[in-house]
Amino acid sequence: MKDENNTVISVRHLFKKFGNFIANDDLSFEVYKGEIFGFLGANGAGKTTAIRILSGLSSPTSGEVIVAGINASEKPEQIKKQIGYMSQKFSLYEDLTVKENIMLYGGIYGLKKALIKERTDNLLAKLNFMEYGNKLISDLPLGLRQKLAFSIAIFHEPKIVFLDEPTGGVDPITRRQFWEMIYETASVGITVFVTTHYMDEAEYCDRISIMSEGRIVALDTPENLKKQYNTDSVEEVFIKIARPVND
Amino acid sequence: MQKVIESLAIGKKFADTQALRDITFTVNESEIFGFIGPDGAGKTTLFRIIATLLRPDEGEMRVLGLDSGKGFKELRKNIGYMPGRFSLYQDLTVEENLNFYATVFGTSVKENYDLISDIYSHIEPFKNRLAGKLSGGMKQKLALSCALIHKPRLLILDEPTTGVDAVSRSEFWTMLAKLRQHNITILVSTPYMDEALRCDRVALIQNGKILSVETPQQVKAGFSRKLFMVKASEKFKLITALRKYPETLTAYAFGDSVHVTLSEDRVNESLFAFLHESGLNNVKVEETQAGIEDRFLELMQKGKDE
Repeated sequence: MKDENNTVISVRHLFKKFGNFIANDDLSFEVYKGEIFGFLGANGAGKTTAIRILSGLSSPTSGEVIVAGINASEKPEQIKKQIGYMSQKFSLYEDLTVKENIMLYGGIYGLKKALIKERTDNLLAKLNFMEYGNKLISDLPLGLRQKLAFSIAIFHEPKIVFLDEPTGGVDPITRRQFWEMIYETASVGITVFVTTHYMDEAEYCDRISIMSEGRIVALDTPENLKKQYNTDSVEEVFIKIARPVND
Repeated sequence: MQKVIESLAIGKKFADTQALRDITFTVNESEIFGFIGPDGAGKTTLFRIIATLLRPDEGEMRVLGLDSGKGFKELRKNIGYMPGRFSLYQDLTVEENLNFYATVFGTSVKENYDLISDIYSHIEPFKNRLAGKLSGGMKQKLALSCALIHKPRLLILDEPTTGVDAVSRSEFWTMLAKLRQHNITILVSTPYMDEALRCDRVALIQNGKILSVETPQQVKAGFSRKLFMVKASEKFKLITALRKYPETLTAYAFGDSVHVTLSEDRVNESLFAFLHESGLNNVKVEETQAGIEDRFLELMQKGKDE
């Protein structure tokens, strides 16, 4: 559940420039503990650049970014321990088994072997995955793979998990089950920072921001945005304000 | 009216995986025909068979009146194929790519410019840029221009809008609708259910099987029960509670509401009492029209039960 007294991401006047190109143009926003925060925008609007900075993979040109209490300009390496990350494009190693993937990620995050084993058993039971433990990832259907990838991204109990288009191409039933996992994760206090091109999923978020040409052009709850733009859906809000760049 | 595609009981297997089974459908001239289904449903395999790039194990595939195997040489002149993965030459410029495809098909950019002008004009200002340096939306427009430059009678687009934002997706479909004026038949696949509305007819596909082939209106009308839309401020709590309500048959999240089917197709007072006891306030329930995605969920569920 969203806890507004507890800020886990704080961004103040973030700029990121590549030569003359301004990818992030004066971004300021906060994200709270246990919040589901939707990060929307047209292709090329600057979302990926911002996520890379928030996850310690790239540093701001100027401005202040604090993630889980850590300054992204000073100690980006420490941010990585506090967060989880999953994307549609790459999530798990296909030529390793389910258990081997869990072991690998648990090991990278420095968890003790006994703890990894205990949590692995719990995880497989919870996902109804017992029969899949020794199967190669390449043998799993996409929907199961995405659910497992998400579970592994939060395996080390991070403060924040970043999900970059986690449901792309997934069937409609699995897409909904995936969102129920997101709700459950947020309910135990993990902040979920998520991007998606499915506008109905934007409605499931506590708050959403919409980026266009490097700036945040809207940030509020889905209800308030629909009221403000006098529309029935977030999709219509998006089409009104998120003009794509150059194409 | 001529049939552009006639697919009869097509089956295809890769090792132990049955990628396609008993795929039967036809596509008429100048139709926009959509294949809607998730990743792994078999859309790409089927499109590769139609595009003469793969042979089926079973059944018969006739395209523009020819067998897609025996007639492949003739067919390739008349088919434009845009694969899901960007497959133009990244180290050639925009203009070089277009000229290359025109030359391979024995034509010139000038000859068919009117066909692509609407699309190509968006990227023409960048014609000296390397294709590999284009943004996603621009790559998509270049790929479409290259697939059209030999004026094909059948255009095959494999997930042209996957990973594309909602605004650009809408613009892309407007471009496709305009191509119809040139008597081009379009076969297109997408994982986005809402795009089905932009097609003349759609096939819903799952696990290598066609679940239905209908117009978008028929798809929606095919929903077999009354559908109710339930709203409350706490969405997750609402869906969890609705699943526990004894009368609930299905409960799926849809944007800011939950779509529910009930065993007697009507809302009883007991529903409100049940939700109130589950700690939910300000509950609103109304009957609603089923959309494409509702029907798809219903067909998927049926497929699982059988």
